[in-house]
Amino acid sequence: MSEAPKNGPWTPDRPMVGIKDVHKSFGDLEVLKGISFDVMKGEVICIIGPSGSGKSTLIRCINALNDIQKGSIKVEGIEVNDPDLDKLELRKKVGMVFQQYNLFPHKTALENVMMAPIHVLKQDKADVEQRAYRLIKKVRLEGKETSYPGELSGGQQQRVAIARSLAMNPDVMLFDEVTAALDPETVKEVLVTIQELAEDGMTCILVTHEMGFARELANHIYFTDRGVIVEHGPPASFFAEAKDPRTQEFLSQIL
Amino acid sequence: MLDLLTPFFRRLYDETGWNFVIFYEQYEWDRFVAAIWVSLELIVASLFFSLVVGIVGAWLQGSPIRAVRLFMSGYIQFFRNTPPYVQLLFFFFVLGNFTPKVDMGGYYEPMITSFGWAVISLSFFAGAFNVEIFRAGIEAVPESTREAAESLGYSRLMAYVYVILPLAFRVCLPSLNNNLVNLLKTTTQAYAIAVPEMLYTLNQVWSDNVNVPEMMIVLFVYYVGLVAVLVWGMHRWERKMKIPGYG
Repeated sequence: MSEAPKNGPWTPDRPMVGIKDVHKSFGDLEVLKGISFDVMKGEVICIIGPSGSGKSTLIRCINALNDIQKGSIKVEGIEVNDPDLDKLELRKKVGMVFQQYNLFPHKTALENVMMAPIHVLKQDKADVEQRAYRLIKKVRLEGKETSYPGELSGGQQQRVAIARSLAMNPDVMLFDEVTAALDPETVKEVLVTIQELAEDGMTCILVTHEMGFARELANHIYFTDRGVIVEHGPPASFFAEAKDPRTQEFLSQIL
Repeated sequence: MLDLLTPFFRRLYDETGWNFVIFYEQYEWDRFVAAIWVSLELIVASLFFSLVVGIVGAWLQGSPIRAVRLFMSGYIQFFRNTPPYVQLLFFFFVLGNFTPKVDMGGYYEPMITSFGWAVISLSFFAGAFNVEIFRAGIEAVPESTREAAESLGYSRLMAYVYVILPLAFRVCLPSLNNNLVNLLKTTTQAYAIAVPEMLYTLNQVWSDNVNVPEMMIVLFVYYVGLVAVLVWGMHRWERKMKIPGYG
């Protein structure tokens, strides 16, 4: 990795997301015990590991849904651990998709996509509407614009959630086990959507249990267990040559 | 209108002695109609401001500032744990004493009329319950929905206005309905501070005409009708707010 200057505005040759020695506790329970890694622009990063290993907590820390006790998380130069953090600036850059979709149930699919750009970014309604139609089409939900979340399947809701995040034009997308609540047959439609995003050059950080997907799409895989990164590498070597017994055990159970 | 009613009610009085004087004498009819307006204004204003108190109060109750939360729980304790009748008298006779008087050209009128004090007192009374009702609704909105709004850049206030409150409303409409019905009926207590609403007016009518049972019947029918309209409206609202595929 190139040695970029530490200060000054963020430039694309520096990590888009830089995570250094992050510690996070809930009360006495330390869930992250010194996590460090960098994500460059356009990279797709998969974080895998047993449940309770702190994966979800980690990506929730990246957009400040959880605070951290020690260390540093920088997103395009914005220090997330800064007490004076401008959360809006951060969240304009970081999109997040959740395991349970978390759509706004009282708004239609189209309105879900349109709300934040209109309310938060104060963009022109007509422009946003056009963009929302495009995004709905992009996630292959044409014709579902006026459906309410409760009328859509899990996979469809999750794709609306992705479109809703994209409507804010983020630079990084965080996916927190986004297929974990879905039926096997709808998992694929969501994965295809994420794949297309990645191919468009979106920087993606995924917490996932979809090993096939990680192998195919990730630039880099991190295996976490009990709050630390046990092992990491590009998919080819990660899956073939896992050295740590914990990784080997996990992979043998999953694959 | 009165012309239509007069023949029937005058004959009723002549033949049976049932004296619905407000339906056949112009003077009493005018008092009755004025009372309709006053009571409607009192009800609408109290309902409206109690909702405002409830919505703002529920927001303040979730404030990150401890002093604000303490103030809110103090407010709720006071208004929920004391009789609304005593509150009304307190507002009018105690606080009313401290409000400035306005020069009306030779004579002085208090800045806040008895009608005004009735609205203030009733709104804070019912508002305290509305705060609790809204809070229950807000707590029923999943934390994850709040987080979704937050991660889209919504501030606490914006998430409250655009996401939390619309969802909370739907959850708490049935209990809100109950409280508003109670408030509607409690407005008759404004009688005690001489607001010329329906109870006060009909009380004057029966003092003048000694027809208590007849005026009581009018009172009951009047409030049964008003509550029916309110409940009908609330149910319509509830149906209109129903989200397809939700809840």
